[in-house]
Amino acid sequence: MIPELGQFTLILALAAALLLSCLPLLGAARGNINMMLTARPLAYAQFFMLLLSFLCLTWAFVDNDFTVLYVASNSNSLLPLEYRISAVWGAHEGSLLLWVLILAGWTAAVARFSRALPLDAVARVLAVMGIVAIGFLLFVLVTSNPFERTLPYFPVDGRDLNPLLQDPGLIFHPPMLYMGYVGFSVAFAFAIASLMTGKLDAAWARWSRPWTMAAWIFLTLGIALGSWWAYYELGWGGWWFWDPVENASFMPWLTGTALIHSLAVTEKRATFKAWTVLLAILAFSLSLLGTFLVRSGILVSVHAFASDPTRGLFILVFLMLVVGSSLLLYAIRGAEVRSHGKHELASRESLLLGNNIILMAGLLVVFIGTLLPLVHKQLGMGSISIGAPFFNSLYAWLIIPFALLLGAGPLFRWRRQQMGEINGKLLFALVVSVLLGGGLPWLFAERFDFWAATGIGLGVYIVVTSLQETWARATHRHSFGVGVRKLGNSHWAMILGHIGLAVSIIGVASTQIYSIERDVRMATGDSVTFAGYTFTFEGSRRDDGPNYEGHKGIIQVAKNGRPLTTLTPEKRLYIVQRMPMTEAAIDAGLTRDLYAALGEQLDDGAWAVRLYYKPFVRWIWFGAVLMAIGGLVSMADKRYRFGRNNGQAKEAE
Amino acid sequence: MNRRILILLLPLALFLGGSVFLYKGLFSDPTRLESVLINQPIPEFELQDLHQLDKQHSREIFTGRPMLLNVWATWCPTCYAEHEYLNELKATEGLYIVGMNYKDERDKALNWLDNLGNPYAIDLYDPKGMLGLDLGVYGAPETFLIDSRGVIRYRHVGDVNATVWNNTLKPIFEQME
Repeated sequence: MIPELGQFTLILALAAALLLSCLPLLGAARGNINMMLTARPLAYAQFFMLLLSFLCLTWAFVDNDFTVLYVASNSNSLLPLEYRISAVWGAHEGSLLLWVLILAGWTAAVARFSRALPLDAVARVLAVMGIVAIGFLLFVLVTSNPFERTLPYFPVDGRDLNPLLQDPGLIFHPPMLYMGYVGFSVAFAFAIASLMTGKLDAAWARWSRPWTMAAWIFLTLGIALGSWWAYYELGWGGWWFWDPVENASFMPWLTGTALIHSLAVTEKRATFKAWTVLLAILAFSLSLLGTFLVRSGILVSVHAFASDPTRGLFILVFLMLVVGSSLLLYAIRGAEVRSHGKHELASRESLLLGNNIILMAGLLVVFIGTLLPLVHKQLGMGSISIGAPFFNSLYAWLIIPFALLLGAGPLFRWRRQQMGEINGKLLFALVVSVLLGGGLPWLFAERFDFWAATGIGLGVYIVVTSLQETWARATHRHSFGVGVRKLGNSHWAMILGHIGLAVSIIGVASTQIYSIERDVRMATGDSVTFAGYTFTFEGSRRDDGPNYEGHKGIIQVAKNGRPLTTLTPEKRLYIVQRMPMTEAAIDAGLTRDLYAALGEQLDDGAWAVRLYYKPFVRWIWFGAVLMAIGGLVSMADKRYRFGRNNGQAKEAE
Repeated sequence: MNRRILILLLPLALFLGGSVFLYKGLFSDPTRLESVLINQPIPEFELQDLHQLDKQHSREIFTGRPMLLNVWATWCPTCYAEHEYLNELKATEGLYIVGMNYKDERDKALNWLDNLGNPYAIDLYDPKGMLGLDLGVYGAPETFLIDSRGVIRYRHVGDVNATVWNNTLKPIFEQME
């Protein structure tokens, strides 16, 4: 009964989305206020129907209702409750339901927090989001219904959730990522609504900014969480694999990063308008493309033999309609958009534009690396595989100009900068970063490495220029102590974001170059020493969980002869799916991680053990968290107090 | 149409061009596209034995009798399902099967064979996917039918089970010389 209720509310949500996509739009076109007023209630209705539907599916999992096919395929009565709940989005059907639920959530949030916007703008924006919702609701209902029953021959027990997904990191990772993906639909809807009316002004940029920032924060955290999960769960000690699924989330992030900066320019300087709109369309299109790539199985189909082309075809047609028509609208209306602000080559605008272009180059690299194998195959040139070396080498070169522009950008004035004023500062920053970048690895690392020095140098350079800029800004009119407290949120947001990137760059460079990895066979009593740490294997013991058989290895770690910690890596065999899993043991630290993973059990109680020393690896995620905090600080800016300040709304109209 | 509109149309044009490939990719049949390999001899190669580090195998092992080349890996759950049936095929039909451990780790692979039994007459170890690349292997499992002169006669992507063997592979295998 409950699954049928879920199905029914899903259909009602589709009805709400259908109405939402036409009534307010018609109203806005005809100036009919009553029709425009339907937008908000319909958005709420759509959200509550979907929430109810989602809860029904969750209930089916909690209740172990194996008459529901999706539950039977992805859960098991032995699965702990928290994983039964996260199993709701553990596979295709449920994760799509989560996708539309989040879309409806963003739609409802726009409806709720847009009191300051003119009614026709709200009507158009919500209608565009309704159109997107129709596509995904139809997709769920027609090709991927999570409520399908196994009746009358239902299984006694389920096939269990993929053991890889039975992990706390994976409870939060997909919802975070989807919040980011889908969040770009708001910026997209604002862009389309503005293209419809032809009103692309600073007000449009100001409305879009907090929403875009919110989506970007979620996406940043989602990607960082996924990377962190891959690091501790896959047992390889890697933190990014350039896997198509990862790339699918990285492409919208790159575009989103360009978009938040470009929106800032459009708001402050009323320029870059056409470019900003294109980025807004692109960010969401890439989110849709990511969904297509992941969900159609077009890139991974070779490993999933039961992939279903009708699903892929559906998303592709939808992608064509949404992206194709938006780009067509862009081509028609974009010509009317004129940017007024003028700027010279030496100006903050130029540097921002430069970094936008580098971000797009980075996007192109990922795009080509992900899709070229597919195109190559279609052109009959055989199949090729593009791996991490391709991406790594290109990104290593791209990051250099990117960091240089990023560090210098904030020191430049808008419109025009006399180079004489800042040459000294830039030179100072460069000298400090060359000294520290070259010096630190030379003093502290076993060997000097060009790329490690480059990474550390670029990180230092960004930090130094950020400090210089803060100093200059704070002492502009007041003494430093007074001035620094008068600096606005948007300034601190920028500083946090940029320093976050610096921290990540230092982390990446150090980890990639100075990690030490040992694969050893260890019997009880054996020990290995490297990087100043001695690892002693003290044997293993059985440690079974509710749905798996497990072995725990006990490894004592000592530094310079003194005991430091005990690592207990685990090897689990999940009973239902007969799938072995590695649970790595990590001793985390600010300057290094010690990482141990059990390989296979060898004869006479010995184990194959993987031991890693990973310097500064935490910095990678710590930097991402700093960037996200920066985003939050920017959203807390007074200018974006949603809905409270009606004066602004009048001014915008 | 002025030049500006042409520039603005560029994203749309690029997108439409790209979609064609996405569409074709959706319906491409991975087995059909690689048909160039059919009726071609196995390419030259040099691979280590899985068990003995100092032993190298080359093209020669594929001549002399009709056989199966099975590509497998421990990271591949489908291979796990397939393995039992390969053991059975070897026991009941006395097939000569060469196993190629693909993009895997030696320890894991040896452990797997110890636990599940070894249906393979020769175990090739291809950790970097060298021969796999030449053969156009996408993933695991894949199975090639090779005749006594070392020529590939058929390629099957996916697991070999009773249905696949009896309906598809066996008739071809029995006609091969």
